[in-house]
Amino acid sequence: MHDPHVLLRVVSKFLIPLIALFALYVQFHGDYGPGGGFQAGVILASSVILYALIFGLPAAKLAFPPRWIRIGMTLGVLLYGGTGVFSFILGGEFLNYGVFAHDPSHGQHYGILAVELGVLCTVASVMVAIFYAFGSRQAETSNEDW
Amino acid sequence: MMFSSNAHILPIQILDYGLLAILVVVAFAIVRMRSLFAIVMLQGVYSLVSAAWFVSLDAVDVAFTEAAVGAGVSTVLMLSAMLLADRQSEPVPMSRQIGPLAIVIIAGAAMLYAVGDMPAYGSATSPANSYVGIDYLARTAEEIHIPNVVTAVLASYRGYDTFGETVVIFAAGLGVLLLLGLNGNAGRWDAQPNGQRVSNTSAPTMRNVHSPLESSESPQDASETAKPLKTDVKTKGQNHA
Repeated sequence: MHDPHVLLRVVSKFLIPLIALFALYVQFHGDYGPGGGFQAGVILASSVILYALIFGLPAAKLAFPPRWIRIGMTLGVLLYGGTGVFSFILGGEFLNYGVFAHDPSHGQHYGILAVELGVLCTVASVMVAIFYAFGSRQAETSNEDW
Repeated sequence: MMFSSNAHILPIQILDYGLLAILVVVAFAIVRMRSLFAIVMLQGVYSLVSAAWFVSLDAVDVAFTEAAVGAGVSTVLMLSAMLLADRQSEPVPMSRQIGPLAIVIIAGAAMLYAVGDMPAYGSATSPANSYVGIDYLARTAEEIHIPNVVTAVLASYRGYDTFGETVVIFAAGLGVLLLLGLNGNAGRWDAQPNGQRVSNTSAPTMRNVHSPLESSESPQDASETAKPLKTDVKTKGQNHA
């Protein structure tokens, strides 16, 4: 009846969208400041994990279904490798993004964007996957158990 | 900046030494403790302090990664793994501590011996600042047109390395999913952390009790349990070891 975690739930409900938004900022601002696919992926995964910690694993599995994980981690690697193969097809070396546009520096921009997106997909999915795999194995922890 | 003579010590140097001292204290605390929960938390503290140290060394990208991965996600992953184990680690008998102690002393002595050959901090002639590194710094501005050289090196000049790292992370996720299953229900296993019995039969059914909406995914779960039969032996062996 009386929820001892009401403060945590209210505050994190406000924070979780901001964390996910910050992940996207880190992702797309990686060219200009510190950050990139790895950091953004981890931050995105941590927003899902925070949701799972506060609202329980079943709720998190509804928000971020486990089947997204297999798609996400594969898609990321395929996107990265596919960028390399695409630069092959356009006549450059593997992962030489200069061939993507008339101006090689623009091509580098597109290539870096695609590759970082692939890293984001794989890292975020794998982090959530590891959390789900371990987290699903035990019974719910009671408040006194710690 | 750090080369100033001993006559006046910069505040940033005091900060560096302070952070390194905290790291040493936390490391000893981790070694001495028996409560796994406190150890996992102190590992997070260790990562956060080293992230602060990296910021003071102007390695912002490394600090960002350390804070996000080391202090954030790996702490949570260690906690979720810890829930399957006892809360306290058993004390190790003195006879089994001599070998590791000898290895640590020899490795530490070798590292201290090598310190003399290292270039001074920020030295212009150090390997990091002389060969290919200086080339990346000079060429990024005209070839890639992005201000953050770290991103240019990571994603373009060293694209092969980053591809390898992504595949390593993919392989790690694949390994965990094959051994534990997406919902932690792969293989046959049982454990008794803190006298509470958990097994492969309790984990998935628990989930169904808590959320009936999840049952729409049951065909997929069935294939999850059926597939990784090969991991049975490994999972069982780990739990009994």
